[in-house]
Amino acid sequence: MTEPSYRWQRFSFSQRLLRFAAYLGTVAVLYWTVRYLDIYWPWVWDAPQQIGDLFARMSPPKLTGLGAILKALVETIHIATLATVLALFLSLPTAYIAARNTTPSPVLLWLGRFIVVSTRSVNTIIWALLFVAIFGPGVVAGILAIAFRSVGFIGKLMGEAIEEIDKRQVEAIQATGAGRLKVVLYGIVPQVLPAFFAVAILRWDINIRESTVLGLVGAGGIGLILQGSIDLFDWQSVATILIAILGVVILGELVSAALRRRVL
Amino acid sequence: MSADAPSASSGQQRTWRKPPAIANPYVRYALFAAVAGYFVWAILSLEISWQRIMQGIPRAVTIFGRAFPPDFSRRSLMVDGFVESIQIAILATFIGVILSVLLGILAARNVVPRLVYLVGRGIIAVARSFHPVIVAIVFVKAVGFGPLAGILTLVVYSIGFVGKLMAEAIEEIDAGQVEAIRASGGGFFKVLLYAVFPQVLPRQVGLSIYQLDSNLRASAVVGIVGAGGIGGTLMNSFRRFDYDFALAILLVMIAIILLSEALSGRIRQGLT
Repeated sequence: MTEPSYRWQRFSFSQRLLRFAAYLGTVAVLYWTVRYLDIYWPWVWDAPQQIGDLFARMSPPKLTGLGAILKALVETIHIATLATVLALFLSLPTAYIAARNTTPSPVLLWLGRFIVVSTRSVNTIIWALLFVAIFGPGVVAGILAIAFRSVGFIGKLMGEAIEEIDKRQVEAIQATGAGRLKVVLYGIVPQVLPAFFAVAILRWDINIRESTVLGLVGAGGIGLILQGSIDLFDWQSVATILIAILGVVILGELVSAALRRRVL
Repeated sequence: MSADAPSASSGQQRTWRKPPAIANPYVRYALFAAVAGYFVWAILSLEISWQRIMQGIPRAVTIFGRAFPPDFSRRSLMVDGFVESIQIAILATFIGVILSVLLGILAARNVVPRLVYLVGRGIIAVARSFHPVIVAIVFVKAVGFGPLAGILTLVVYSIGFVGKLMAEAIEEIDAGQVEAIRASGGGFFKVLLYAVFPQVLPRQVGLSIYQLDSNLRASAVVGIVGAGGIGGTLMNSFRRFDYDFALAILLVMIAIILLSEALSGRIRQGLT
């Protein structure tokens, strides 16, 4: 056996060329970004000190007004829960018409997909801006904002779940002479029920996080008093509120994990 | 299948009923009552004013009436905003991904001591728990209005997501390769470089591209609280009741998000 004369290399020449091009592209994009971004550099060098300063002003967290904070937290959870339930009601018909195998007509299929895409692509806070303009500041705007944003998310995942069902069960129900409603109820619903609970719990968890920011545009929840304390430069209260938000988000995560274990 | 024999012989009509999801009737009805009670409590405590909802409907008609047709005429304002959003997203992804690799290592149980692991996990959990808009509002107060606050926000956002998945990816690696490098006398950094990274990097590239897409979405909204990008333009047009311009911005935003989602999906598919 003769020793091969070439050195071992991990990548072939064309692979190396490709990798080099990718690095070059990344550097070029970064250069463009840094060069043309409207940044005032002294502020950048100053940033660590400013951030440290802010945290210094935040400590220790102030415990006065804890009652108001707890009340706002409960409101935040209510908003998230009610909005999730509303979204579930709105998104099931959407999922039904947005799934290729259950949609009654191609026009409705596209309508369903349009609803899914447009509601999902507009952020909660933008929905909240819109609903605050319509219904005025308050929890109604918040609930609708979260619900609308969730419709696309739940509709998409449920639509995919419906598309993946075993169609033999549907055919079996159809063969017994059942009408459309019965087919949905006994042929489709049992197959997508686990996905439904999984998606609902997941979205509720996300919605708790989302509903903490609604108040920044006036749509209720803990964000309202956060904005109030920031406007008053009451940083110690801000710290308390941030810790409270952290707590409620972690609580939401624990509850949804427990629910997931229990239900699924 | 004798149990399922038709009831014709007994002459009695039997109908099939769907078995309930919760077998125990007490638990079942208690659960129903608890859920119903919760909703009554939630709805009553929120003080929802039906009168204002009714008033809102004609207002919605006015707003949507004013929003159509969307006004694309102020193009330069729109382009500036979107370019800034994209720049924020790119820079934040770059910095965020580098920091996430670092934090991912610190938060992986199998490569660092337990104390470091807990600290790393803690940082990631905190970064993940706060919605980007809340992080943005704090950074805007700390470092002033503009894209810098937006970049810092999205760096935190990226750490929360990429860092967590990175740590999980590192925890799932094949320990054999780590042992092999250790056996050949490699120290901590050699182990990272030759045993850990090669196993997680493909995943990391996919995650980075996914995060770029997420950051692009988020960069559109951090501007609402003054952290730069198109969000600020959108907020202003809303405040000035320029609903036609706001709709134009929204439509372009949806188009860009869809495009970026499709692109990132395609690239990630190509990678694996």
